[in-house]
Amino acid sequence: MNPELTERDFAPVAPYLVGREKVREFARAVLATAPLHHDVEAARAAGFADVVAPPTFPIVVSEATLQQLLAEPDAGIDFSRVVHGDQRFTYSRPVVAGDELTATLRVTSIKSLGGNSMITSETAMVDANGEHVVTSISTLVVRGDES
Amino acid sequence: MSLLAALETGQVIAERSFALSRDTLVRYAGASGDFNPIHYRDDVAAAVGLPGVLAHGMLTMGVAVQPVVDWLDGRGWVSDYQVRFTRPVVVDPESGAEITVVATVAALDDEGARIDLTVSYGGSTVLGKAQVRVTPLG
Repeated sequence: MNPELTERDFAPVAPYLVGREKVREFARAVLATAPLHHDVEAARAAGFADVVAPPTFPIVVSEATLQQLLAEPDAGIDFSRVVHGDQRFTYSRPVVAGDELTATLRVTSIKSLGGNSMITSETAMVDANGEHVVTSISTLVVRGDES
Repeated sequence: MSLLAALETGQVIAERSFALSRDTLVRYAGASGDFNPIHYRDDVAAAVGLPGVLAHGMLTMGVAVQPVVDWLDGRGWVSDYQVRFTRPVVVDPESGAEITVVATVAALDDEGARIDLTVSYGGSTVLGKAQVRVTPLG
């Protein structure tokens, strides 16, 4: 894996418009039944503009930055050998339907450990006003050749 | 009643089991856009040396936090959530897989609480360092 990826500037990906039905679909997929994810009135009663996305929803938005990373011609990441090592979401505020999120990727660390490589990246997402909403931090483990 | 007032460190705030089936996996693949075939094809899973079709790690992560969201019931929100994927969840084509979540108050401060999740499948934990930060609303 190319250690110089940590110094690379990645362009923001095209804005992702969070749709109400997408929030409901994702909520059903993670067995999330709380009214805030499905019922606009319940969300408004709790002070939100629209239905609230489940905590792991930003992984959908960060898919585009993952593709951006894998597409780097010199990244040296064989996706068939990739395992998700860990994942974190750090929020400034919840994501709600209607948000237009722009995601920007940064590779923060590349390590080798026992024949495997570990790549940690942060995808920061800002709203239409440029205010930070959430950062998705992922570590991918790329398994070495032996096995 | 305020979210934090009645909480104590070590208190179990939620405990729940979830049944995952192949249907759950296909639904998550569609909703998330993660169409890696190891999550729905036995032949592909076997060809790469896996013990069977696996649940998406992100599905397990997404499901595991729901007992906390339900417990919050609009009184607060999840402002930080992290996990380490330590063991795969094999989903049998007929019997599926059952995962169990226990959510415990790990730390309290003026601005919120840290809730730790113990997520198990077949008697072993499948997520490590599964920590949820909850922040009161309003």
